[in-house]
Amino acid sequence: MTDSIQASDVLETSDASAFCRMQGISKQYGGVTALDNVNFQCAQGSIHAVLGENGAGKSTLIKILSGVVQPSQGELFLQGRRTRFVSPNDATRQGIVCIFQELSLLPDLSVADNICITDPPKRFGLIDRKAQDQRALELLAQVGCEDIHPQQRVRSLSLSRRQLVEIAKALNRKPKLLILDEATSALTAADVEKVYTILHKLRDQGLSILYISHRMHEIEALADVCSVFRNGRHIETFKKGDKGDDEVVELMIGREYSQVYPPKPQRTEQPVPILDIEHLSWGDHLRDISLTLGRGETVGLGGLDGQGQREFLLALFGVLRGVSGTIKIDGQPASINSPREAKSARYGLALIPEDRKTEGLLLPMSVRANISLASIGKLSRGITVDHNEENRKIDAMLKQLSIKIGNVEDPVSTLSGGNQQKVVIAKWLMTEARIILLNDPTRGIDVGTKQEIYQLLRKLADQGVAILFYSTDYEELIGCCDRVAIFYDGQLTRELSGASITEHNIVASSLNLPLEATLPEEQAL
Amino acid sequence: MSGARMTGLRLWLTHNAGLLLAVLVFVAMFSLYISNHSAGLTVPVLTTAANKAVLLALVAMAQTLPVLTGGLDLSVGMIFILANCIASSIVVGNPFMTALGIVCVLGAGMLAGLINGMIVVYGRLQPIITTLATGAIYYGIALLLRPVPGGDVNEELADFMTYTLFDTVPTSLVLLLVVVLLVWLPFRRSELGRGCYAAGSSEGAAYMSGVNMNRSKLAAYTMAGFLAALAGLLLTFVTFSGEASAPIGNTYTLNSIAAVVIGGTSLYGGVGSAIGSIFGAFILRTIDDLLFVFDLPPLWQPLFQGVVLLSAVSLGALRVLRVRNRLELFR
Repeated sequence: MTDSIQASDVLETSDASAFCRMQGISKQYGGVTALDNVNFQCAQGSIHAVLGENGAGKSTLIKILSGVVQPSQGELFLQGRRTRFVSPNDATRQGIVCIFQELSLLPDLSVADNICITDPPKRFGLIDRKAQDQRALELLAQVGCEDIHPQQRVRSLSLSRRQLVEIAKALNRKPKLLILDEATSALTAADVEKVYTILHKLRDQGLSILYISHRMHEIEALADVCSVFRNGRHIETFKKGDKGDDEVVELMIGREYSQVYPPKPQRTEQPVPILDIEHLSWGDHLRDISLTLGRGETVGLGGLDGQGQREFLLALFGVLRGVSGTIKIDGQPASINSPREAKSARYGLALIPEDRKTEGLLLPMSVRANISLASIGKLSRGITVDHNEENRKIDAMLKQLSIKIGNVEDPVSTLSGGNQQKVVIAKWLMTEARIILLNDPTRGIDVGTKQEIYQLLRKLADQGVAILFYSTDYEELIGCCDRVAIFYDGQLTRELSGASITEHNIVASSLNLPLEATLPEEQAL
Repeated sequence: MSGARMTGLRLWLTHNAGLLLAVLVFVAMFSLYISNHSAGLTVPVLTTAANKAVLLALVAMAQTLPVLTGGLDLSVGMIFILANCIASSIVVGNPFMTALGIVCVLGAGMLAGLINGMIVVYGRLQPIITTLATGAIYYGIALLLRPVPGGDVNEELADFMTYTLFDTVPTSLVLLLVVVLLVWLPFRRSELGRGCYAAGSSEGAAYMSGVNMNRSKLAAYTMAGFLAALAGLLLTFVTFSGEASAPIGNTYTLNSIAAVVIGGTSLYGGVGSAIGSIFGAFILRTIDDLLFVFDLPPLWQPLFQGVVLLSAVSLGALRVLRVRNRLELFR
């Protein structure tokens, strides 16, 4: 460490108020560039908001700053000195503390244990519980949680309270730069107010705060400075209030369109509804969602990642317990309590899951076993499987999806990512599903396979299959969908259709901005 | 402030419900045993019960540590046997030689545990299969050291350890208390101990919080080796000899896991305590004694043990009823 500090003295250049500075930072994962030559800095005593679409590079930026991943190129400076972080611990020691979206609390330990996890107060070499409880009480009071007992287990707290404990834990590490990654997404309105007050107080004490959020009104209430990222690049940094909402949206979009999508058919009449969802709710994650899906229709689920789209698909597929509201399929009320029921001939649902490695495939098993897994019941005669029929159908699937394999008996883990995903799709096509739910099906797949999947979806829709398509890639939604339903905070906040499905509208809706304010005519004002 | 203290007490009760239940069940069972024993509560009855129970209690404490980290140690029974075989050769002679012998036995146990820990931590192998393999190795060594049962031990010390202090308290119980006070409680309150709970609770979150999990896991397995060896030493004092018996080793390993679960420790890790495991071991031992006083054939013992274990596990599985995302049932 000392070596790098000495070496950095030569390179000391930029302005002094910057607590942390990134210079020419890039990060590649395999062939994918997540951050591209980023120059970025955040000052002491200010709250700095970072904005960007899904995949703009926000999370990679945070991971580099908090020592979770190492940059592929570029340099990092803290208070003008070059440094690097070998681990999250190392970053913490140098004053950078990050509150991640997925909580880092230990559910079975007490609140006090969690707050003091890295540096507990000690007496005679052992953890001093009294002092620890005392410190926890002080920090809990700082974040406005006097009502939490330090001996309470974290597991017994609500998500909103846990997030506040997480902030107390971060404060215990005496941060100089505090990073909050969507830290308010789980908070109740009353707790959000508390967080505002805490953050303003900390800023006034000279802390540097980096704030990632998709809620525009929060950024307006909190931030001093905003930076926009797009496609892994740092686009612009400006003072809050220098730009209107519509200008911010303009900065966030503007990607090159690289894919070719099959043409959408012109509809002359309303499609026959097949799936009718009314007032669907599940805890705080899904709130009063109503949506109708017609035969041959492709409806996209949009919005920023983690607004309830995944839970919505899981709820339809019978994975979640305690879902309220009504689901009708073909006009008949449906009560689906497991994927097994969901795929039955009565409902005819299929779900292509987001993580093919854990929820889609049995990796060590053969291509054959994977493709016929979901429809093995239909292929059975008595107690045995009709292998001739199985082989015939598998061959048809391999041909239809042009899956490249050596032998159907090869383990599916030997295939490329694109072909693996095709196997997952083949598995569900073989069930002859009438409604296909897709959960971000093209993530981490090569361009060629993506094209094939788009073609296939179009063909299925033309055959009358109804498709509900969640994608984190807005471009896909625009290219494939007849309608796009935007999710925000567990609610379906807007439905776009036809010509109004534009990237501008999707981004604005994802930030829950009114569309009128972002129309080009008004932009001129 | 008394309100806060009340909350503190209430929280303590909920967090230790498993342990308290085990204590209550044990007290009930042991009272039943004593009230039906022809001799009643006498020092010899208590001492015999204690000597048997403390052996399993120590092995169960050993098992608790790896389980808390989210692992499992199938070699504790074999380390127990290995320590017994080593002790039957070297814990003899004058007080100095005897003391040296004890240090060597405990040292061998710690080394065996440390090897387990290093393979699990640095080799990143699954604890269950690692310790199954190393357990076989430790048993192999025990068999080489003592192909046929035999050996000797310092008789004065053995008598002292297996009889009573001041003619009232069984020495083995005092030993157990000393281990709890000097080993378990400080460990639980150290950063090492907290690291074990953290690793078992959520490895990802513990890593992100900068917890030194490698060090904690190494300590957990090493201490498991130490406690198992201590039990092996006590076994030598009880039997005055060493025997490389695979059935005994395996029985202790499996009973230790049962004791850990009955004592309220979660096999998923992160929740529980070695004190609970002690009472779990006591409960398992009292089952034998109950069968004896009620004149039931000892053949019923496995059946009863099974019923007790199944009830304990069922209590722990109640959380399943609260899961709202069915995918979480499989995680």
